[in-house]
Amino acid sequence: MKRMRTHPPSRKVIAVLAAALLATGVAACGNSDTGGSSGADDGTITLGFSQVGAESGWRTANTTSIKEAATEAGIDLKFDDAQQKQENQIKAIRNFVQQKVDVIAFSPVVESGWDTVLKEARDAKIPVILTDRSVDSADKSLYKTFLGSDFVKEGRLAGEWLVEQKKAATGPVTIVELQGTTGSAPANDRKKGFAEAIAANPNLKIVASQSGDFTRAGGKQVMEQFLKANPKIDVLFAHNDDMGLGALEAITAAGKVPGKDITIITVDAVKDGMQALADGKFNFIAECSPLLGPQLMDLVEKVHNGEEVPARIETQETTFTQEQAKEALPNRKY
Amino acid sequence: MSNRTAGYRGLTTHRLFWPVVVLVGMLAANTVYRPGFLSVQMRDGHLYGSLIDILRLSAPLILVALGMTLVIATGGIDLSVGSLCAISGAIACLHISQQPDQNSLGAVLTALALGLGVALVLGAWNGVLVAVIGIQPIIATLILMVAGRGLAQLITEGQILTINSDPYKAIGVGHLLTLPLAIFLALAAALLVAAVTRRTALGLIIESVGGNAQASRLAGIRSARITFLVYVISAACAAVAGFMMTANVSSADGNAAGLWVELDAILAVVIGGTSLAGGRFSLGGTILGALLIQTLTTTVYAMNISPQTSLLFKAVVVIAVCLIQAPGFRARFTRRRAPAAGPTSVTEQPKEQVPA
Repeated sequence: MKRMRTHPPSRKVIAVLAAALLATGVAACGNSDTGGSSGADDGTITLGFSQVGAESGWRTANTTSIKEAATEAGIDLKFDDAQQKQENQIKAIRNFVQQKVDVIAFSPVVESGWDTVLKEARDAKIPVILTDRSVDSADKSLYKTFLGSDFVKEGRLAGEWLVEQKKAATGPVTIVELQGTTGSAPANDRKKGFAEAIAANPNLKIVASQSGDFTRAGGKQVMEQFLKANPKIDVLFAHNDDMGLGALEAITAAGKVPGKDITIITVDAVKDGMQALADGKFNFIAECSPLLGPQLMDLVEKVHNGEEVPARIETQETTFTQEQAKEALPNRKY
Repeated sequence: MSNRTAGYRGLTTHRLFWPVVVLVGMLAANTVYRPGFLSVQMRDGHLYGSLIDILRLSAPLILVALGMTLVIATGGIDLSVGSLCAISGAIACLHISQQPDQNSLGAVLTALALGLGVALVLGAWNGVLVAVIGIQPIIATLILMVAGRGLAQLITEGQILTINSDPYKAIGVGHLLTLPLAIFLALAAALLVAAVTRRTALGLIIESVGGNAQASRLAGIRSARITFLVYVISAACAAVAGFMMTANVSSADGNAAGLWVELDAILAVVIGGTSLAGGRFSLGGTILGALLIQTLTTTVYAMNISPQTSLLFKAVVVIAVCLIQAPGFRARFTRRRAPAAGPTSVTEQPKEQVPA
């Protein structure tokens, strides 16, 4: 049985998943304890995963990575797409508890309101792993660990690269910043990390910082005004690739050469951003990787075997210069 | 002397006087903050400056708000315009991205026709829900507001679709006679709508349907047909706005394109003096309202007001505009300052409410 599990194509996994979901629907009504994933007893780990939705290319890559890694690790994945709604996600987690999956993992849509459903999971003795986003529960025993990017570190890596590049600068270096959605964790943390890093050189000064809402249109609109208000801009730090891509058009329209007249640093490393980096329009990208599938499966196995895991685990991430982008681009999945 | 006072009062009581004052005030504040704000230069054969940016960026909002004005004039509301922008833009970009030659003019025109076509169908859907089935407009269009964004993401497969097409890009950032092409498109749409509504009886009929649909029907107007029509027009306006938004950044983002534009459009319509209760509308006022909203956004960026306080700043300006426009608020204000003028301002009040 186990050997067969490692082989079957994903279609079979989906069939099993669909069957299990059907079974739960019935079990939920009949209040039967024998329904659900009786297949979990053959030694295969069953993982219930609830995804936020499919709002961006980043998220799609995240989903693909988790599905592929589960197949590779021989873990039975029950995947649920919450379509950006907390109630869907709570429903999915309750279903997972009823199905008696071995481990539950999810990317919370929002930070608050998880205590009740997480307690239900704990009472059923099912360990929970958070991915990508955290929850604000005071009771840290509700989940085993949080696997995700360190946004402060991303900002810091971007800032440190800039400090290294401009260490020979004698005069002031003017920086403009395109922030993400006001109040969002990535925006707050990337801003903080970047500011901390560039404090190392008093010549580096942020002269303007506005929210571009993580969108291309927002980045472009804000950059247009930055360019008019500040005749001399040396560096642009954008909290994601998309705002940077929008700003590129504003910079070109202002008759400047992006990547040369203005050094552009962004975060994320999605495909379009990597292309701009390889083309010499961006100068540096700090990666925010969605490919946490293999790390997650590793953790699932550890948690299932009762091993101790750290309460906070960072996604393995890197940074890209223009040369590295040229090399990495052909294999880029998202 | 009394003549001059009457002239002054006539000016200040014009319903667009205060929005104009606020608009000019904001431009003045920007100029004080940065003297070069109003300066416009020639660059690469076209005009370049913050004022030009405001014109270009307000074009999609003007379009959406024009359609919204007509819908609101019938006493309805169209919440689905933001989603329609996203859908039409996504369809156009998807079609272009599948072409071997993205710069082919034929392909771009086909893409525009496809996007517009789908938007018209969806507008007709709204129209049928409201005019034929009789669902409350706010609910009927809410369906498409929510579902439509999902549809847009389905079209783009949840990705941001990047295209590389010069003819399509021109809709968003192209130039004509040194000015942004987008503003000419918005202006053309405004003139078209104005001609159709103000040079024919259509505008009056729309207002009468908004005033009292039942009475209009009894007077011989096919009110259901008029109601259906305004939702289709609104969808068409939203579609063109969607083309502009996606062309502006050469990419279709099902999630972000046109997000909350329906609220900005409603605000523009209200600032422009169109009554939310229906029954009268002002196209010029709507355009002014849209310009005011875009100027406000640009001001926040140009004056580098911190993102945490910018929402508050915008709210304060909008509240101020709405308050000083409200006859009740102004009457109270004038009475307190000059008690003797009390009776006159009271007698003047009904005069203001007569549709101009």
